[in-house]
Amino acid sequence: MGGLAACGGGGSSGPPTLTWYINPDSGGQAKIAASCSDASNGKYRIETSVLPRNSDAQREQLVRRLAAGDDSIDIMSLDVVFAPELAQARFLAPVPAAVASEVSKGVVPGALQSATWDGKLVAVPFWANTQLLWYRKSVAKAAGLDMTKPVTWDQLIKAAQDQKKLLSAQGRRAESLTVWFNALIESAGGHIIDKNSTDPTKIKLGFDTPPGKRAGEVMHDVATSGVVGPAFSTSSEDTSALQFESPDAGFMVNWPYVWAQANTKVAAGTLPQSVPDDYGWTLYPRVDENTPSAPPLGGINLGVSKFSHYVNFAYQATECITTDENQADYMVTNGNPASSAAVYDNPDVQKNYPMADTIRESLQASAPRPLSPYYSEITGGLQREYHPPADVNESTGKQADDLISAVLRGDQLL
Amino acid sequence: MTATTLPPRKKTEPVSAPPGGISDRSRAERRLGWMLAGPAFVVMLLVTAYPILQAVWYSLFNYRLTDPGNRSFVGLRNYWVILTDGLWWQAVLTTVLITVVTVAVELVLGFALALVMSKALASIRPVLRAAILIPYAVITVVSAFSWQFAFNITTGFVNKWLAWLPGIGVDTDWFGDRWTSLLVICLAEIWKTTPFISLLLLAGLAQVPDVLQEAAMVDGATWWQRMRKVTIPNMKAAIMVAVLFRTLDAFRIFDSIFVMTAGANGTESVSFLAYRQTISRVEIGLGSAVSVLLFLAVVLIAFVFIKGFRIDLAQARGER
Repeated sequence: MGGLAACGGGGSSGPPTLTWYINPDSGGQAKIAASCSDASNGKYRIETSVLPRNSDAQREQLVRRLAAGDDSIDIMSLDVVFAPELAQARFLAPVPAAVASEVSKGVVPGALQSATWDGKLVAVPFWANTQLLWYRKSVAKAAGLDMTKPVTWDQLIKAAQDQKKLLSAQGRRAESLTVWFNALIESAGGHIIDKNSTDPTKIKLGFDTPPGKRAGEVMHDVATSGVVGPAFSTSSEDTSALQFESPDAGFMVNWPYVWAQANTKVAAGTLPQSVPDDYGWTLYPRVDENTPSAPPLGGINLGVSKFSHYVNFAYQATECITTDENQADYMVTNGNPASSAAVYDNPDVQKNYPMADTIRESLQASAPRPLSPYYSEITGGLQREYHPPADVNESTGKQADDLISAVLRGDQLL
Repeated sequence: MTATTLPPRKKTEPVSAPPGGISDRSRAERRLGWMLAGPAFVVMLLVTAYPILQAVWYSLFNYRLTDPGNRSFVGLRNYWVILTDGLWWQAVLTTVLITVVTVAVELVLGFALALVMSKALASIRPVLRAAILIPYAVITVVSAFSWQFAFNITTGFVNKWLAWLPGIGVDTDWFGDRWTSLLVICLAEIWKTTPFISLLLLAGLAQVPDVLQEAAMVDGATWWQRMRKVTIPNMKAAIMVAVLFRTLDAFRIFDSIFVMTAGANGTESVSFLAYRQTISRVEIGLGSAVSVLLFLAVVLIAFVFIKGFRIDLAQARGER
């Protein structure tokens, strides 16, 4: 190790410095970095370096740095859809077998799947996100919906129309549209990628299948229901969260951060306590009555760069970062749900997140977005064809299939 | 009536010039000129010619940054893919539309502002110039965000202000439709770069000889006649340079679109297309080909302006 340490990230003396490229948060990752530096007993120090806020921009920066062989990156916070591309390009250092078995214990299946490529674990699951169906208890009650039982999109549209309340989803041309579509097609029993391959010309897409068509139908029905608010084709997660705090709120699909956000506003005195008191939550809506839904999966996995001088230390650090204690603390302080199922039994988590059990249940049922080194082509093509959602029709699936296949063959621009 | 301009001055021949050759002195001056400008010229070549040539080279390959092992020579295939794709032509159309609309409006507005600046009382002139120049000093991304927030349906104030207009209400979603998105993008561009045009035109106005204005006034020409027959013809070069620079700039529009719509609803420009292929998709070959085509379009515009309208850049700078 002495020889490696001499390559020095942290000056001529002292322990080596590991640089952890993090997505912006409320300071939680920096805090974990400090505590894991202490826990290493002077073997290494971890410094954080903040990536852009937007996940596309995070990927762009990481890919370009790694393609140039940048050795300043040791650990990276990777969005759940990044791992296959980086692993296929051999930018990630192989996960040591001992680490792999340790970090996959008790991890929710979707998160584990998103960190796996070509049958091998290529990244370390850190936190896992999922969308819930949020409802205003008063509205659901008035509409006569029994929220203890699974509900469908059709029921939600009808209830919102009857009560003249909003049904908030994300219709913007952004990653959130892919998140929505993927949840719909998976809930309908299909997949965006029917047959996966590392050869882009051999990927078989599932847009033009009965589940794909059904997903498009739901998307179109929601967008044209008249209860999605005036700017649906530009509405993001934040737009939905704001709508859900308004007096017109009825139902919403969104990540759990909306709960922390509403409570922060109550504490700041800008939102009455009665608003979050009226918040109800349950599993993501079903597409078809008798098929369980496949909620969206988000979150962050930790990757270790192949170009790092301290791969072993970096993997030791990821084990420290992802301990159940750190995940629980991170969930409570930063609002990002844990990927380890056991964390949801933590009393602090239970106290701060009354919906903790629902989040865990949702994560267990969640389906990741397509895992492919060509993910940016797939999500880009999907967003081009399925936006605006109100214009989605019978032939959209075929058009998306044709476009993305042509782009993957290199026959068309995106 | 014809336009009134001063006759071009006769070139004075150097007294010591030997017939048919260059004097020692001018040869020495020429050498000094090269020595002074040479380093800058070399740096220019390094930072512009090298990347351009590299882009041309890459554009002949099928080359993905994350898959360098499978890099293969494909000749002009990338260009064929681009030029046969409807998306490219839609982006070209959008770019041309934005360019024509913004440059035309900016020229008229910029000219009016230049007139105001040149005629303003000396006491308020510095304040006026500073006020007019502020938008130009704002970073494009910041300006784009401001305009986006202003027109945004949740954070914006524009809908409330304009709600009395027919067709606009508190629920008008400016970024939900192609034409309204393009309108806001054009407005932001116009607001931001009109000062640039007005500054160039102000310099042009200062070049119109006072003697001509006075002579026209003595002849009893009205303000409008003086404007059309004296002022504008005498600053034609300045106008053309302002239009050329702005056209080249407008044709490469990226920031405002990236911030406001991210290319949704058919608002993608050619630069945006190059960004998506090169940076998002890391398809260096295809993206380089888009960039090369964008470069050729810009060269073509410059060529048409300079040859077609006979712009003399030296004259515009007051060197003749």
